[in-house]
Amino acid sequence: MDDLVLQTITRILMPFIQVYGIFVIVNGHLSPGGGFAGGTILGASVILYALTFNVGAAEDLYPDDLAEAVESSSVLIFVLVGLFAILMGANFLTNIGIFPSPETGTLFTGGFVMPLTLAIGVKVASTVITLFTHLFGEKKP
Amino acid sequence: MLRQIAATILILLLGTVLLYMTSEMPRFGDPGNPSNNELSARYTDEVIEDVNVPNIVTAIITDYRAYDTLGEATVLFAGIVAVLTVLAAHSDVGRGTKKDG
Repeated sequence: MDDLVLQTITRILMPFIQVYGIFVIVNGHLSPGGGFAGGTILGASVILYALTFNVGAAEDLYPDDLAEAVESSSVLIFVLVGLFAILMGANFLTNIGIFPSPETGTLFTGGFVMPLTLAIGVKVASTVITLFTHLFGEKKP
Repeated sequence: MLRQIAATILILLLGTVLLYMTSEMPRFGDPGNPSNNELSARYTDEVIEDVNVPNIVTAIITDYRAYDTLGEATVLFAGIVAVLTVLAAHSDVGRGTKKDG
């Protein structure tokens, strides 16, 4: 698709969509939202980019190498956070008592909840984008 | 023709059974429902002591049931591995060229 109006509006809208997605992810433990919802918003911005420009441009924006690294590392972070509790002498994925948790309502409250939400959000965004670009850019027989 | 009649009778029978089962279900919003047990009250009452997070949904997803979420992330990982394995060979298509669809 080659539409100047759509492309200009997409260029203007994309940062706002992405900032909103990051807000939903990072504030997921304080306000409604979380990793899955925010990651989908974040991925939707790149899907919008792929629809208004072309799939190749979106793949240049988010290449497969980066997708592989993000997908692997976010699951690895999840498992390592869980194993850290075992290292400290508690059960797998134990939170309070192992990880520091400042006063309720602040950004870094809740121990590992915020880092895990961040990992989930980045992973969901990566999955949505990679699935879309590969399924949409498939070779036609 | 006979097959269609048999299928219709079977579907009607099945629908009757399902409707009958639905009528036996607990009333919507009844405080005595099995779903309104002490578990949800436990979550809403002690989420601050347990997780120290105001959003109970996130607390359940990433703390109480973090193991389930780990499995969910693994499902996403397996899905993306499958897609990259099967479709990554075609990823050069569409790069820089104009899409016809």
